[in-house]
Amino acid sequence: MKIFQNLFDSTRPVVTTGKLKGLYPLHNALETMFFVPNHNTHSGAHVRDAVDMKRTMIAVIFALVPALLFGMFNAGYQHYKAFGLLTEGSLLSQFFTIQNFMFGVIRIVPMIAVTYIAGLAIEIYFAYRNKHAVNEGFLVSGILIPLIMPIDIPLWMVAISTAFSVLFVKEVFGGTGMNLLNPALTARVFAFFAYPTYMSGDKIWINTSAEAGAQVVDGYSGATALGQLATTGQTSYSSMDAFWGFVPGSIGETSTFAILLGAAFLIYTGVGSWKIMLSALVGGLCMGLIFNSSAHLLDPGAMRSYMELPFYQHLMFGGFAFGVVFMATDPVSAAHTERGKWIYGFLVGFMAIVIRVFNPAYPEGIMLAILLMNVFAPLVDHYVVQANISKRLKRLKLQQA
Amino acid sequence: MSQITKSEPKEALFSKKNVKILKDPLNESNPVTVQVLGICSSLAITVKLEPAIVMGFSVLVVMACANLITSLLRNLIPNRIRIIVQLVIVAALVILVDQVLKAYVYDVSKQLSVFVGLIITNCILMGRIEAFALANTPWKAFLDGIGNGVAYAAVLIIVAFVRELFGSGQLFGIQVIPDSWYLDNGGWYSNNGLMLLPPMALIVLAVLIWVQRAKFRQLIEN
Repeated sequence: MKIFQNLFDSTRPVVTTGKLKGLYPLHNALETMFFVPNHNTHSGAHVRDAVDMKRTMIAVIFALVPALLFGMFNAGYQHYKAFGLLTEGSLLSQFFTIQNFMFGVIRIVPMIAVTYIAGLAIEIYFAYRNKHAVNEGFLVSGILIPLIMPIDIPLWMVAISTAFSVLFVKEVFGGTGMNLLNPALTARVFAFFAYPTYMSGDKIWINTSAEAGAQVVDGYSGATALGQLATTGQTSYSSMDAFWGFVPGSIGETSTFAILLGAAFLIYTGVGSWKIMLSALVGGLCMGLIFNSSAHLLDPGAMRSYMELPFYQHLMFGGFAFGVVFMATDPVSAAHTERGKWIYGFLVGFMAIVIRVFNPAYPEGIMLAILLMNVFAPLVDHYVVQANISKRLKRLKLQQA
Repeated sequence: MSQITKSEPKEALFSKKNVKILKDPLNESNPVTVQVLGICSSLAITVKLEPAIVMGFSVLVVMACANLITSLLRNLIPNRIRIIVQLVIVAALVILVDQVLKAYVYDVSKQLSVFVGLIITNCILMGRIEAFALANTPWKAFLDGIGNGVAYAAVLIIVAFVRELFGSGQLFGIQVIPDSWYLDNGGWYSNNGLMLLPPMALIVLAVLIWVQRAKFRQLIEN
């Protein structure tokens, strides 16, 4: 590390006062990747903590690692399963193979690279333009965006979606920490509405690029569990499969177990709000129960069977878990007040199941539910604060009376 | 009799002042991008270029005529019922335009559907009549109508151009992006479906405002 320290120290004068002044944001961005910069506080009294924004962001990335690795294995597993190329053996020995992993790596790593290049290019441009340091906020978005895309999406669509969300959700509102919506989810929503044939349906969740000497097996269906539920009211995947994640879906969202590992890490380190996660869980379960108990009012059909899906299974299928753990807890776009977090989280879970069941075109209701609640979060906060003020005013009046 | 001698010297038709009335709406006081009026229709009918041009032209005609007529009647209109009178003038013109469109460009008229009728409620129209035509001579009011109509049409055409090109790969209904580029035909490209939805019209418009303000910094409010 001494080499890097010396390198940064020796080049600092050139970019701060010397000829290459324009390169300072870049220098600063690179330096902060390696070291905590020795910036001084300029005004006022501040409590400084070793856990700054970079450390927070890195913690989220650590939390994402289980889901990311699982997604890489799953991409290969689903592919070779579709072609009937899996070797005999137990599920685990079929799943955790080098072949599966490499299949995922060569498709997912370029996606991550493209996301970072597209996003950081815009971030760095705006950092230069507005003369501030490049923010680390995109570090997490860059991993999150590939994880919520289907495996087969063309890379340029990922790039455009990323660019759109960074530009219109972040930079327009003033950069990291000012965004109204979750940037990663906005990228997905953009891709979802702009390129619907590559973001939904039953053809895109499993890579079926040709495999020498093999045909897609009979009875192959590329639909996700939720896709099947929305059209027929039943799914061929068991809830255990969905919990462990051996199902088709967006890259990182299939394994509820891997996401729970990340959630445990986020809660343990205090980076993610357990209040939001818990209340979203309760909200989802509540709406699931309401559907379960009111399904008999409907005529029999796909809709009714969907509503009769046991309420706890909603949490395992689709992106519910991923959204609740990694998206709804985004500290910028979520509610900020403690009581507000309960309300916000509950409504996220509640709305997610409503959208998912009532509109078969949007099986990923969690995506739209979180964005909707992102917009309402300031309102929730406002009323929480107002309620507190009026409560204290009342107390003051009682004391004076 | 003495009034005649008092009258001011006659102003040239295209004096500096009049040209300014005509040109100002194109940039500095653009009704759509600066005053942010008439947004609803610019979101609704800009999916394709053809309806956008027809709509822009219709508004241009209605606005020029309505401004002219209102200005001619400005000394006769009782102040209390002026809104009603303005509405009658605009409504009559809109019905005329609607009939012409139905007669000559029926397909486009079908696509525009209710939005031709809704020209009556276009904020730009009422705004210009209230703010300008009621207080100015007919020629000036007419120029103002033309200027604002052209400005509105220009914004519509720009937005529609972007939306049709990226949303359906066409211009005026003719395919401009080669078929062989599309993913379905083994290429790499795909149309952006979001461009066909109203939210993207809002975003394209926002980008237009952004570009305009970046270029003319005096438009930025403090």
